[in-house]
Amino acid sequence: MKTYYNPEDLKKFGTIGEFQKPLADKFFDYYGEVFKDGALTAREKSLIALAVAHAVQCPYCIDAYSVDTTEKGCTEAQVMEAVHVAAAIRGGATLVHGVQMMNKVKEISM
Amino acid sequence: MDQKTLHKKQDQLAGSEYQLKVLNDDEKTGKKLTRFSEKLSDIQLFPLKPVALDIFQVNMGKMCNQVCQHCHVDAGPDRKEIMTRDIMQTCIDLIGQHQFTTIDLTGGAPELNPNFRWFVEEIRKVNPTCKIIVRCNLTIIVANKRYYDLPEFYKANRIEVVSSLPFYSASRTDKQRGDGVFEDSIKALGMLNEVGYGIENSGLILNLVYNPAGAFLPPDQNSLEKEYKTELKNKYGITFNNLFAITNMPVSRYLNYLLQSGNYASYMEKLISAFNPVAASNVMCRNTLSIGWNGYIYDCDFNQMLDLKVEAKDSQHINNFNNESLKKRNIIVNQHCYGCTAGAGSSCGGEVAS
Repeated sequence: MKTYYNPEDLKKFGTIGEFQKPLADKFFDYYGEVFKDGALTAREKSLIALAVAHAVQCPYCIDAYSVDTTEKGCTEAQVMEAVHVAAAIRGGATLVHGVQMMNKVKEISM
Repeated sequence: MDQKTLHKKQDQLAGSEYQLKVLNDDEKTGKKLTRFSEKLSDIQLFPLKPVALDIFQVNMGKMCNQVCQHCHVDAGPDRKEIMTRDIMQTCIDLIGQHQFTTIDLTGGAPELNPNFRWFVEEIRKVNPTCKIIVRCNLTIIVANKRYYDLPEFYKANRIEVVSSLPFYSASRTDKQRGDGVFEDSIKALGMLNEVGYGIENSGLILNLVYNPAGAFLPPDQNSLEKEYKTELKNKYGITFNNLFAITNMPVSRYLNYLLQSGNYASYMEKLISAFNPVAASNVMCRNTLSIGWNGYIYDCDFNQMLDLKVEAKDSQHINNFNNESLKKRNIIVNQHCYGCTAGAGSSCGGEVAS
């Protein structure tokens, strides 16, 4: 193993069943169902997936959902806005903890 | 954007032999790709046979006013190969003798052929009821005032218009088809709407074609059609009937794009992994004949550009048209055929397995 991440490994995702098939089957069935058109369109779900991929910083998922959103007709502006949503939530999640920090600082201050 | 065709640049990809060599060269992909014929064998479809001869598709020539990046014809203003009136007359005779349901006129820009209007009117005379499709690139309608009346001409001859609009935004359309193409296309669509094309209950059909502006596959046709309808109506007041989502074929200029951009191997792998047996059994070459500008007969427009003439040796040219031989022939397949069988499939009429 020369690198931790290899783009070729994304194509092998389906092979995780080699070590534990029943759970892999359940996961992929579930995964397939999740991304079908439902109360949200498949396109909307793909944009959510792209944003989450950036939030969890998964290079495989970023690769997969950059392609998937483009194939589903999302524009460059739309995919970037999805990433900004992830960035805003991550940034906001950090900043909102500032309230906890402020509470503590005030608690111990005169 | 490059305004010269591969042919004009004397690029080796302008030659069909070199394209076939690339498509069958495993070194280009770094791994051995399954042959399309093997895939068909796995599902008992090889050799691929015709099911009917319904569609008579005529490529009227390679001349075009645009130089689109994905064009499998390598069409452009510098191409001079166009169909002569004599060849057209033979086509008209065949259309009169056989019961084709659809006559599909393509190019290049078919309207640039000086005998285009005569050809359409003669087809209508010998077969008053068949569907006649013209694959119009839209911009030709506004290219010169002598084409401004094309919408009226189409209407008078009950033509079904099929037009490429790779996206409902200017940036993505212009990247593929050239600067200003989106704006001109919207103008032309407005002129078609004005005479009734794409308007509900008018009986005048205007279908649009989406094809990906890059190395990716088309999305679900129905979902995209809804988006196109909403966006074009809200932003430009344009209406149309159906959207056909078409996969780009690894032939000619699109093959060149894939190789130049480093996407060739991953695109071929993607097409192969998305192979759909249902799409394979419904491919358009099973009910279509494709006629080249010089009268040669092919299984489809893509085989035509790769110079893969029909296998029926006694019926490779319209001067020797033999209906029975053509019905019995084996359809010629090669690696580019994966483009028609990926996902929901692809044909000149969009998805084939939805």
